[in-house]
Amino acid sequence: MTRISGAWSSHDTVVLSVKMAAHLSYGRVNLNILREAARKELREFLDKCAGSKAIVWDEYLTGPFGLIAQYSLLKEHEVEKMFTLKAGRLPAADVKNIIFFVRPRLELMDIIAENVIGEDRQRSQRDFHILFVPRRSLLCEQRLEEQGVLGSFINIEEYILDLIPYDGDLLSMESESAFRECYLENDQTSLYHTAKGLMTLQALYGTIPQIFGKGECARHVANMMLRMKREFAGSQNQILPVFDSLLLLDRNVDLLTPLATQLTYEGLIDEVYSITNEVILEPRRTPRSQPEVNSYIEDCIAQQDPLIKILRLVCMQSVCNNGLKQKVLDYYKREILQTYGYEHILTLSNLEKAGLLKPQTSTRNNYPTIRKTLKLWMEDINEQNPNDISYVYSGYAPLSVRLAQLLVRPGWRSIEEVLKMLPGPHFEERQQLPSGLHKKRQQGENRTTLVFFLGGVTYAEIAALRFLSQMEDGGTEYVIATTKLINGTCWIKSLMDKLEAPPF
Amino acid sequence: MAAPAKGTSRTAQNDVASIKKKGPGALATAYLVIYNVVMTAGWLVIAVGLVRAYLSKGSYHGLYYSIERPLKFFQTGALLEVQNEDSVLLFVVAWTVTEIIRYSFYTFSLLNHLPYLIKWARYTLFIVLYPMGVTGELLTIYAALPYVQKTGLYSVTLPNKKIELYEMGWNLREGLRDCLIAAAPYGGPIALLKESQRRERSASARPLLEIYSAAGVPMASFPWKSGVVVHIGWTVSDDLLCIQEDGTVLIYDMFGNFRRHFSMGNEVLQNQVIEAKVFHSAYGTGVAIVTGAFRFTLATNIDDLKLRRLPEVPGLQVAPSCWAVLTQDRQTKVVLASGKDLYVLDNTACTPVTPPGIDPQVSSYFQMAVSFSYKYLALFTDTGHVWMGTSNLKEKLSEFDTKVRSPPKQMVWCRRPKSQQPSVVLMWDRLLLVAGKCKESIKYPSQCKESQKADEYLREIKEQNLLPEAVKQCVEAAGFEHEPETQKILLRVREYKQMTVQVLIDRLVFRRLYPLAIEICRYLKIPEFQGVSRVLKHWACFKVQQKEEPDDVIACAINQKLGDTAGISYSEIAARAYECGRTELAIKLLEFEPRSGEQVPLLLKMKRSQLALSKAIESGDTDLVYTVVTYLKNEMNRGDFFMTLRNQPVALSLYRQFCKHQEQNTLKDLFNQDDDHQELGNFYVRASYGEGSVEARMAALQNAVDEFNKAKNEFSARATEEQMKLLRWQRRFQEEFDKPYLDCSLHETVHSLLQDGKHKQAEQLYKDFRIPDKRFWWLKISALAEKEDWEELEKFSKSKKSPIGYLPFVEVCVKHQNKYEAKKYVTKVTLEQKVKAHLAVGDLEQAVEAAIERRSESELNLVLSRCTPTTDRALLDKINRARAGALKK
Repeated sequence: MTRISGAWSSHDTVVLSVKMAAHLSYGRVNLNILREAARKELREFLDKCAGSKAIVWDEYLTGPFGLIAQYSLLKEHEVEKMFTLKAGRLPAADVKNIIFFVRPRLELMDIIAENVIGEDRQRSQRDFHILFVPRRSLLCEQRLEEQGVLGSFINIEEYILDLIPYDGDLLSMESESAFRECYLENDQTSLYHTAKGLMTLQALYGTIPQIFGKGECARHVANMMLRMKREFAGSQNQILPVFDSLLLLDRNVDLLTPLATQLTYEGLIDEVYSITNEVILEPRRTPRSQPEVNSYIEDCIAQQDPLIKILRLVCMQSVCNNGLKQKVLDYYKREILQTYGYEHILTLSNLEKAGLLKPQTSTRNNYPTIRKTLKLWMEDINEQNPNDISYVYSGYAPLSVRLAQLLVRPGWRSIEEVLKMLPGPHFEERQQLPSGLHKKRQQGENRTTLVFFLGGVTYAEIAALRFLSQMEDGGTEYVIATTKLINGTCWIKSLMDKLEAPPF
Repeated sequence: MAAPAKGTSRTAQNDVASIKKKGPGALATAYLVIYNVVMTAGWLVIAVGLVRAYLSKGSYHGLYYSIERPLKFFQTGALLEVQNEDSVLLFVVAWTVTEIIRYSFYTFSLLNHLPYLIKWARYTLFIVLYPMGVTGELLTIYAALPYVQKTGLYSVTLPNKKIELYEMGWNLREGLRDCLIAAAPYGGPIALLKESQRRERSASARPLLEIYSAAGVPMASFPWKSGVVVHIGWTVSDDLLCIQEDGTVLIYDMFGNFRRHFSMGNEVLQNQVIEAKVFHSAYGTGVAIVTGAFRFTLATNIDDLKLRRLPEVPGLQVAPSCWAVLTQDRQTKVVLASGKDLYVLDNTACTPVTPPGIDPQVSSYFQMAVSFSYKYLALFTDTGHVWMGTSNLKEKLSEFDTKVRSPPKQMVWCRRPKSQQPSVVLMWDRLLLVAGKCKESIKYPSQCKESQKADEYLREIKEQNLLPEAVKQCVEAAGFEHEPETQKILLRVREYKQMTVQVLIDRLVFRRLYPLAIEICRYLKIPEFQGVSRVLKHWACFKVQQKEEPDDVIACAINQKLGDTAGISYSEIAARAYECGRTELAIKLLEFEPRSGEQVPLLLKMKRSQLALSKAIESGDTDLVYTVVTYLKNEMNRGDFFMTLRNQPVALSLYRQFCKHQEQNTLKDLFNQDDDHQELGNFYVRASYGEGSVEARMAALQNAVDEFNKAKNEFSARATEEQMKLLRWQRRFQEEFDKPYLDCSLHETVHSLLQDGKHKQAEQLYKDFRIPDKRFWWLKISALAEKEDWEELEKFSKSKKSPIGYLPFVEVCVKHQNKYEAKKYVTKVTLEQKVKAHLAVGDLEQAVEAAIERRSESELNLVLSRCTPTTDRALLDKINRARAGALKK
């Protein structure tokens, strides 16, 4: 966020944004089309509010918007001032229009109402507008009505910004809480936005003929997409499909990767690197025995290492062993509560709900089977002539990426057994194309697959998919989309419940 | 090759010959004979008519009119208005004689009895008659030229045959005197409201509101029962706006059906509307009024009503002499004249303006006119001049002296087809004047009296809209044209004009010409959901209003016709049905709606909330689910509401989310209802953190313990009990040592106690909470080192065998910069950790020794990595030798 506010104030970062726009078109799929469409819509909205403007930002949105439009674009459309949405009165600004750029959240509506009411007392001649991102909300409009300010707005519109292009092959919805909402709170709002975003994408890049998926959320998104397509039956998309297939993957199919890896050139942290190596991933050493891991974790707690590191280690052990022995689990939990505070009891409860922590219920542990079948830990990697994704992380191949790889060759049918061990259903759907839009593939032309990670994707997985794209005999190029770019730390953080007591 | 070709051609010739010999069949002959006889007779009638008329009048003037009707009948296509009677008579006489001879010639030759006289006449008289006819026709054309040039009439070149499609059907009982008149844009309908009677409030003399099509066909007529109307005008979608004195605006459709009404503000009630105008802009149709207090109020789009009261004009004591509305830079402004001053009013300010190059002698403006595109403005001054310029008053186009000092009745802009020059038409009682950029003007002195004035007036109305009218006619003509090519060209003509396809189809739809509209959409290949679908939707909306038909018949008929055409919104049609009070029909129609999300708002309106909830869930749109849930919550009693949610898990979890942020207590009720003790426990834990006193916190935590126990979550129950125990300890310490301990973790509490030297209390906690030895040792040594209590640390190290070994002792000492103390513990460190210990205190030589002793390559490497360029050469050699040795093994 700080980066973006920088982009809007200093000259050199503006150049950076321009460069960014250019690199979006280098990839196999020109994602700049998406960005341009978003920019056009923004300009059109700004033009609707004639005269000078001030934008009041929901701070959360400044980051995503920075990737779409730099300050100069706003300035061209008479945006003279920008404020952060805060309770109380609006700062003084000599402008004709006040535009609120907000997510549809009730608590934000209350703040807006306060702002507007405060303004009315000054008897000014200003026009108010709201731009909801990414979607309008009846609920929010109702709240504004209850507060008696709905009538004060000249324009109430939505700005459909679901998938934001980050890189030539990378799209993100930047929805921080998507994983938490889906797996903890059973709130599927972000999945609805995902389905909508994919529809927008298809409107620009053509209908995607094949949809594959693994997981409950994937199933839900695919169902919504098919329903939305039916709802718009008749208005056929006449664009030649750019994507050959879509792969929807639930984050909870592969919980280990975000816990374990953070080790690409994009975000390598020495300290974490050494830990992950020692405990699990060092390919040249056999994984240590359980008691050894237990005592390592114990030591880390005793030395009061950061809580998130502890949680990652404990969850990792649980995930790899299909749960922890009840005694061990309770011991860890007690240690954590005593060391870091009892308020973390809710966080622990969340981790259990999300399946990251669990007591061993059966003696059978599927993980070794999965590991072996999918070759998640490669013992010997050829450093001179790397030919496997495990090369990217000293021998560890992310499960999610293996699924993508095996889907192309030889197909999921070969790993039915393993798929059944992983949570949620797996499926395949086909979308009818209008005749004449069936792609005639040139000899040696690569297929393009869009891999959508529901609940977040790590840099590790991105790097692995890029490695696959670049493999000469791969035959498939990947474009990656996600609800949020995550790393283990921010991911675990999103699952934590912060309880702070008022001082007594 | 040549021979067969010859053969074929010969046979072909033979065939033709045989047909020729045979001649036409009997039936054909009979038909031809009858046709020719009729034609001969017809022309004879004309001839006789001419002779009789001539005989009776003794003059050839007016002869044409006596034979006009039969002539038109027998010479189809003769639609030209007569300009020059003499020349017409010339060729009519010539034609008549020629045709009589021609048709009788045909008749007799068909019957194979051709009298010589006829034959002679046919081949001789043409020498006189043809030149005569040609001369007449040429003269007529010549005579018509100035007229055509003047008016620009027929200058729109239409490639179709001239067929009269309809006649002007004007049938006005009284003239247009004292009428409020409004003509819709683009040649739409025309509305009339008698003005003279509108002030009389007696029921017997209620004025009549009449609506005609542009061709004068009456479409609606009804007595006006509402208040006094100041102004009438049409919207872009052909609705009629009647603006009343009290500021109420009533909206009727073009068939005279009342639609709705709105008010131009309360302020009007006191001061009344003295003048109003209807205007069109990119936003839609707007209304501007000026009140008795001389204040202006604007509504730029009546479909999205936002009233704007314009600022006051300083010192304005009387009504402005004239004013106009214009749209510039997406802003709507008012230009007004008061005396010799002109002002522009926008939302924020009143700005005085002076038109460039205006005669300084001007002391008043009589009339003001803005062009259709808002580009130009014309002002008629008391000096009799017309000033023409751009509407931003920055540029003058021209000025024209009309030599008339009286105010014109009306002044409008018009632009002839294909002409680059806009011009202004002015009208007085007896004079119509067109003034353009050039010095010349065209005058039409009206000779006739009142009745003809009406005609003139209407014509003038049409003149404003001449071009769109022509376009419209093209389209309508296309509907009657059967040749696809011609049709295409006609529709192309239309495409060049400002009327978009959308507008065209709308207009047809407003006129309920659904089949024609559909045909045009199909022909132009307009994308379905912009074209056919829209028309069908309008049709369906009209259909649901037909009260006499039963619900299922209508629903069925609509579904049959609409099917699943793209872009059809069944919910919109259902909404219309509901508006007409047909709830059942609406529900039936909603079932055809494929988008479940679309069904929800209407279902809620119709109070089918349960159905609305399941449809909302089906759509996947969580916002919609929330909306229905909040609706249900307000509508139902709590018990029913909870039961409903219980059956819809998706809605329930969303509602929980809502409560978590908005209504904590409802959340508790929800968990209670579901006997979800685990969540209740969590709820109390969360709640405990909101409490301001330790007692209240404890009480909440006790609730949590109870719930965790009920949930059989032993761990959470015990942990929470522990938490309460800690709170009690902390409270005690806080009171005893006057230091804040509350809300520290157990670890922090012990650490803090140790730092303060409260070893006994720390020990108590250690035992009471069964802190594992390892962790307690770590805790203690780091607290002591932090406090730099080295003595106590050493004592502690000797108290018993360390469960964590002695390397941590070394490390904490080094961490707090005391290598001296650290070295004390190095000897106690186990062999495996020796190297690390030596390195920690910076003793490289000892580290090397230890590593060599252990013969560990990795440890040697570790030591090597700590070496710097300043490291002793001999030491380095030693390491390298040892490494070589280790490698050999």
